[in-house]
Amino acid sequence: MISLAGRDILHSWGKFIFTGIGLGLLIGVTLIMAGVYRGMVDDGRVLLDNSGADLWVVQKDTLGPYAESSSLPDDWWRSFASLPGVMGASNVTYLTMQVKKGERDVRAMVVGIAQDGPTAAGWPPQLVAGRHITRSHYEAVADVASGFVLGDELKIRRNFYKVVGLTRRMVSSGGDPMIFIPLKDAQEAQFLKDNDAILMQRRRTEENPIFNRPNVPGLLEAVIESQIVNHSVNAVLVRIKPGYSAEEIATSVRRWNRLTVYTRQQMEQILIGKLIATSARQIAMFLVILAVVSAAIVAFIIYTLTMDKIREIAVLKLIGTRNWTISWMILQQALVLGCLGFVVGKITATFAAPYFPKYVLLMPFDSVIGFFAVVVICILSSIVAIRMALKVDPAEAIGG
Amino acid sequence: MAKQGIIIEGLSKQYGYGDTAFLALKNVNMHVAPGEVVGLIGPSGSGKSTLLKCLGAVIDPTAGRMTLGDEVIFDGAWHVKDLRALRRDKIGFVFQAPYLIPFLDVLDNVALLPMLAGVDNTTARKQALELLTALDVQHRASAMPSQLSGGEQQRVAIARGLVNRPPVILADEPTAPLDSVRALSVIRILNDMAKRFETAVIVVTHDEKIIPTFKRIYHIRDGVTHEEVGEGRSLT
Repeated sequence: MISLAGRDILHSWGKFIFTGIGLGLLIGVTLIMAGVYRGMVDDGRVLLDNSGADLWVVQKDTLGPYAESSSLPDDWWRSFASLPGVMGASNVTYLTMQVKKGERDVRAMVVGIAQDGPTAAGWPPQLVAGRHITRSHYEAVADVASGFVLGDELKIRRNFYKVVGLTRRMVSSGGDPMIFIPLKDAQEAQFLKDNDAILMQRRRTEENPIFNRPNVPGLLEAVIESQIVNHSVNAVLVRIKPGYSAEEIATSVRRWNRLTVYTRQQMEQILIGKLIATSARQIAMFLVILAVVSAAIVAFIIYTLTMDKIREIAVLKLIGTRNWTISWMILQQALVLGCLGFVVGKITATFAAPYFPKYVLLMPFDSVIGFFAVVVICILSSIVAIRMALKVDPAEAIGG
Repeated sequence: MAKQGIIIEGLSKQYGYGDTAFLALKNVNMHVAPGEVVGLIGPSGSGKSTLLKCLGAVIDPTAGRMTLGDEVIFDGAWHVKDLRALRRDKIGFVFQAPYLIPFLDVLDNVALLPMLAGVDNTTARKQALELLTALDVQHRASAMPSQLSGGEQQRVAIARGLVNRPPVILADEPTAPLDSVRALSVIRILNDMAKRFETAVIVVTHDEKIIPTFKRIYHIRDGVTHEEVGEGRSLT
């Protein structure tokens, strides 16, 4: 038996190709939307992987340091470092801000890293160019996605930093590129006020008789010093020695009652389950809408193609063609259209993904799911046309 | 048992019920022998199309009896379970417009019927080519329907109607879109094929050009048929 669908497609290939391309672009957008979600999840995982931490010690009852603000004294790390099974503990600060480069600025996550050396938690695990930070101030390592190159000078608050190293795929959970600077600079950047505000605060302190006591020398200077120097960090990243359980050490730290500790698994849950949950739902809504629109387009096209063949279908039925043969012809056309659209969509998504500002991760598994979704959509979309074709009365082929 | 062509006895068709009931066919009797071509003529609304649809097994007659070849196919009810197969194997259709499948070439338009009946593609195409040769359109076998003239399309449609060697062909205004030369050519072909394949042919027509060519004519008016001897004018 010849393929009626195949012959019809060959006969009106232009209609199928152009419709397939249109549908393919829509499927491409759908795959990219799925890729955006996967990219967000991957950004979160990469953030945790690249931090090199096994435990995150943060302010009590907060989800910090990535999901909520968290503040810890910067001398607590020593207590964690001395715990049995702990390989090292490092202070870290995270601040998402606009970083200036000349006239333009870049949205970036500024990471303050302690001067413990490149093997410490929080440091970028590898560089693609340049070197690590070696000086205590005014050096930076930037992710290539920020657009900075070696030797660039960037401005954070009032200070200028020279880019001495470049990393790749070091991004925040929001996809912003990371810029690493020394911890002290980062602490200052987080809480640094402008000069007028500092002067006004100093004047207010001087005028306060509680702090400005003539008979207590040095008190006023100490109070003013404490107001302009920040001794807080957002988290302490803890590395565990091989053979020790992160959960056991976390349980031990939790007994301190003044802080909260998260394991890698818990932190991943926070990043993926809470931080990007709204975005994920948003994307899911878009995916549903795109699926419905794709289904509507396939249904409309197949319906129109079937409507164009009403007389032929009546003749086919009159000369004895089985309903199954006619239904299969319509279904095959819907499937061919869907497959063509999927191929166009997959190619479009693959070539377009690198041009998106946020990381788009196209996973083969998503493509497989997408393909089967397209097949199901095509099957469902062809039902209307099949129902219509089956209702065609063969008597319509006979005049009168 | 000798082939009987098609025999229709006391065929009636009623549309609607009660106050809206309308009797479109009233006790129709017809007989067309194998190899014979008869005309069925009548004004619009006389019941021609209804009769054709009953004969074509696309609507159910209300009463009567129909015998096709050696088989009683209707006697108050259909005696055949699969009417689709009946149409495919026992009835050939030729329409006013050729209604060829536009996405199949000429050969496959004709070969489609045997393929639907389960004949393999090669054999079906061979049968189709034989008929196209008999109808002198074999040289257009690989052409698409849109590339054919009106006369060629109608000859291909006749080939399609004949390809399964049905005992009866129902031709619904087959010459309507053709000029007189081509119209007479189509009737000649139908006569030749009817004789060659011992097929009974019923031609529904309004066409004054071809009516004199029938040896027997059934007039239908208000659902009632009257048989009349035609002129049987020579087609040569």
